[in-house]
Amino acid sequence: MNEEIIIAGFGGQGVLSMGKILAYSGIMQNLEVSWMPSYGPEMRGGTANVTVILSDDRISSPILNTFDSGIILNQQSLDKFECKIKPGGLLLYDTNGITRHPSRTDLQIFQIEAASEAARIDNQKVFNMIVLGAYLKLKDFLELKYVVQGLEKSLPKRYHHLIDSNAEALKTGMELVKPYKN
Amino acid sequence: MDLKEIIKPENLVYKRTECLTDKTLSYCPGCGHGTVHRLVMETVDELGIQSDVIGVASVGCSVLAYDFMDIDMTQSPHGRATAVATGIKRCWPDKFVFTYQGDGDLAAIGTGETIHACNRGENITIIFINNGIYGMTGGQMAPTTLLGMKSSTTPYGREVELMGNPIKITELVAQLAGTYFVSRQSVHTPGNVRKAKKAIKTAFENQKLKKGLSLVEIVSNCNSGWKMTPVESNKWMEENMFPFYPLGDIKVEGQLVQK
Amino acid sequence: MGELKLMKGNEAIAEAAIRAGADAYFGYPITPQSEVMEYLAAQQPHKRTGMVLLQAESEIAAINMVYGAASTGKKTMTSSSSPGISLKMEGISYLAGAELPALIVNVVRGGPGLGTIQPSQSDYFQATKGGGHGDYRLLVLAPASVQEMSDFVKLGFELAFKYRNPVMILSDGIIGQMMEKVELFDPIPRKTEINEPWALTGKSSDRKKRVVTSLDLDPYGNEKHNHELQRKYKEMEENEVRFEEIDCSDAEYLMVAYGSSARICQKAIKLARLKGIKVGLLRPITLFPFPTKQLYSYTNRIKGILSVELNTGQMIEDIRLAVNGKLPVEHFGRCGGVVHSPEEVLAAFEKIIMK
Ligand SMILES: Cc1ncc(C[n+]2csc(CCOP(=O)(O)OP(=O)(O)O)c2C)c(N)n1
Ligand code: SF4
Repeated sequence: MNEEIIIAGFGGQGVLSMGKILAYSGIMQNLEVSWMPSYGPEMRGGTANVTVILSDDRISSPILNTFDSGIILNQQSLDKFECKIKPGGLLLYDTNGITRHPSRTDLQIFQIEAASEAARIDNQKVFNMIVLGAYLKLKDFLELKYVVQGLEKSLPKRYHHLIDSNAEALKTGMELVKPYKN
Repeated sequence: MDLKEIIKPENLVYKRTECLTDKTLSYCPGCGHGTVHRLVMETVDELGIQSDVIGVASVGCSVLAYDFMDIDMTQSPHGRATAVATGIKRCWPDKFVFTYQGDGDLAAIGTGETIHACNRGENITIIFINNGIYGMTGGQMAPTTLLGMKSSTTPYGREVELMGNPIKITELVAQLAGTYFVSRQSVHTPGNVRKAKKAIKTAFENQKLKKGLSLVEIVSNCNSGWKMTPVESNKWMEENMFPFYPLGDIKVEGQLVQK
Repeated sequence: MGELKLMKGNEAIAEAAIRAGADAYFGYPITPQSEVMEYLAAQQPHKRTGMVLLQAESEIAAINMVYGAASTGKKTMTSSSSPGISLKMEGISYLAGAELPALIVNVVRGGPGLGTIQPSQSDYFQATKGGGHGDYRLLVLAPASVQEMSDFVKLGFELAFKYRNPVMILSDGIIGQMMEKVELFDPIPRKTEINEPWALTGKSSDRKKRVVTSLDLDPYGNEKHNHELQRKYKEMEENEVRFEEIDCSDAEYLMVAYGSSARICQKAIKLARLKGIKVGLLRPITLFPFPTKQLYSYTNRIKGILSVELNTGQMIEDIRLAVNGKLPVEHFGRCGGVVHSPEEVLAAFEKIIMK
C-alpha cells in the first residue's frame, strides 16, 4: 500500500500532531512513513498543513503535488487543496465555518462535524482525534490498536492520562462521519 | 673574577623566565607588549601551571605571542579570542585559559564576544593591551583613540562629530555581573610593572575560585604608531592616556571599588 | 537493530551528536534549524554524557567556540542556516587553515541576504568551493533522509578527525523539518583521553609545546602548507567519494540530484518509468569530493543528464566538468525557497532533455 495524505487547517487545530499520530501508527504497523510540515511564521495563527505518507516501500518524495486523501479543516485549505486530490481520492472535511462546499464530482467526499461535537462534549483538545477517527473509518489499512499505540508514542508521558479520552474521541469520529453529495 | 666565577648560580640577579622561549621578540624596541608577555609567563612559572595553561593569541601585533610563550596556544580570528577561550574553558574547566588582546581586537571588532564572555562570567583571564591605536596595520584609529589624538585615519586628530568618543570598555565590563576582578595597570616604570604583575597574578589565581571573569587592562605605548621615541611615548601616555584611563583596581572580588 | 524513532531531521542531528560522543555544541538560533539546539537543551546533554551545550551570542562567537574546543582535540560541532553559515565562514576558513576537526551543519534556506526561511540548495557553491577566504575545501555530506541526518553526524566526526578537516553536513529545510523513521545507532562513549599529537592539553615537561594556528608569515612556508592541504583533499577524492544509483543499469538518461531534490527526483523517475522513459538517478552523497569518475563512466552509455537542484544551477558545473563535454548536461530547478514537484521535474526533463 501507499497512501499520500494532506492534512490542512488553522495553526492550533492539531493538524501537525494528527499527522504525527498517523505517522507513529504507521511505524507500529511496520510501514515506512514521512511527515513534512509547512513551517515558519505562517503557522502562528495562520494556516498549517502537513503531508503524511505511509507506504510498504521506501518513500521517495516527501513533497507532493497531488494526494490520495485530503483532511481539510478550514475554508482556505479547502480552496487550496480540493483541486490537488487525485481523481477517485478521498476528501474528508469539517463543516464548521465552511461556506463554499466541495464541488468536484470525481472524489469520495465525507463530512465530519468534529468542531461542534468537541464543543458539545466541552473538550476542544480531542477535536483532531474525532477527525482522525473519521479518517480511520474510511481507510481501513490502519488498525485502531496501532493508532492507540501511536498515540502513546507521540504523547509525552505526562499526558498519558489523556489517552483514554483520545481513544474515545477516535471512536466518536468513526460513528459521526457521513458521506456528502453535491 | 673570570667568566666561570661570574655565571655561578649564586651570582644570578636576573634571568629569562622559564616559560618564555628563546625566540627574539618581534615587537618594536620600547613597546610594552614584551614586558606584559614576560609578566604573564612569570605568573605561569610562579603558579607552576605550565602544563595546565592554554593561551589564546588574537590578531594584532601580538598575533605571534605563541612564538614567545612556551605553552600550548591557539591563535584566534580577529576579535574572537574570548569566544575561542570560552570553547576551551567549557571543555576544560580545570585548565587555566587566557586571552591576550589589543584594543582593536577586544573593543572594536570583538566587542560582542568581549561583553558576552564577561557577562556569562566565563572563568578565564583576559589580558587587554590598550595602546589607543591599531599597531599592526600601521597606526589607524582604535576605539580607544583619545579625542584629538592623531592616527593614520584621523590625521587631524579624533573628533567627536566625525569619529565618536573613545570607549572605556574596562569600566563597561566591570558593570557586568559576570566579572569578578577588573583592573587597569601600566608597565612603563618598575613600580608599575610590579603592580601590573600583582594584578595579572590575581587574575590567574581567580580562575581556581570559579567566580567569574578576570580582566587586566594594560595601558601601553605604541611608540611606532604614535610616531614618538619610546621615552616620549611614555611621557605622552602619562600626560594624556592616564587622565582618561586612570590606573588602579576597578572591581575586586566581584565588588566595584569606590573611588 | 538500533532504537527506532520518529524524528525530525534536526532532532536526529541533535540526538546523533549526543550518541556520537560529541564533547560540545555551540549554536545560535535560526529557522529552519533551531530544533537542533532546542532538542539538545531538552535532553540536558551535560547530564546524559557530560557534553557541553552553549547558546552563543552570535554565529561568529559560536564557530569560534568550536575553534577553541577543537584546538584541544575535542569532538565539537555547530549548526545554523544560510545567513548564519555566511557569518561562520571566517571561522570555518580558520578551522581549515589550522587543520582542526569539526562538524558544521547547514540546514539551507533560500537566499541571498535574509531571503526566505523556506528550503533551498543555493549554498552549494559556498559549501563545496571553500566558502570562506583561502584555497581550502570542506568535506561535504548531503543527507537525503532523516536516517542519514543521524548517520552522517557519526560519519562526519570520523572523517573530520581522519583528515583533520572541518566537515559540513549540507542539508535543507525539507530534510531538517520532516519526520521519518530513524534507527538510532548505539551510543559511543565520549573520549576520555585526548591522544591527538597536535591537541592543546597543556605543555607537560615531557613534551614540546603545541601551537594551533593558520598563520605563516613566510609565503614559502604558507605555500608548503597549502600544498599539504591539497594533498589531503586529493586523498579525500581517492577514498571518500560516496553516491547512490537508482534505476541506472538500463538508463538512457540520468537525473543527478542530491539531498531533498534527490528524493523528489526519485518519485519523478518512477513516474517517468510508468511512461516507458528509461531514466535513472545518480545521487551524490559527498558533494566534495564529487563523484566525478562515476559520472564520466556514463559518457558512452547515456544520451543526456539533467541536474535537478533547488537553485539556479550550481552543481551542474561539477557535472559538466565531470563529463568534459561528452554529454549534454542541462539544469532544472525551482529556487528561492520554492520547491519543485516530481511532476514538474518530469515535465522539465521531457522538455529539456528529450526534446
Ligand atoms: C577580519 C579582519 N579584519 C581586519 C584585520 C586586519 N587587522 C589586523 S590587526 C588589526 C588591528 C589590531 O589592533 P589592536 O587590537 O589594537 O592590536 P595592536 O596591533 O595595536 O597590538 C586589524 C584591523 C584582520 N586581521 N581581520
Ligand atoms: S607597532 Fe606599536 S604595538 Fe606594535 S609592536 Fe610596535 S610599538 Fe608595539
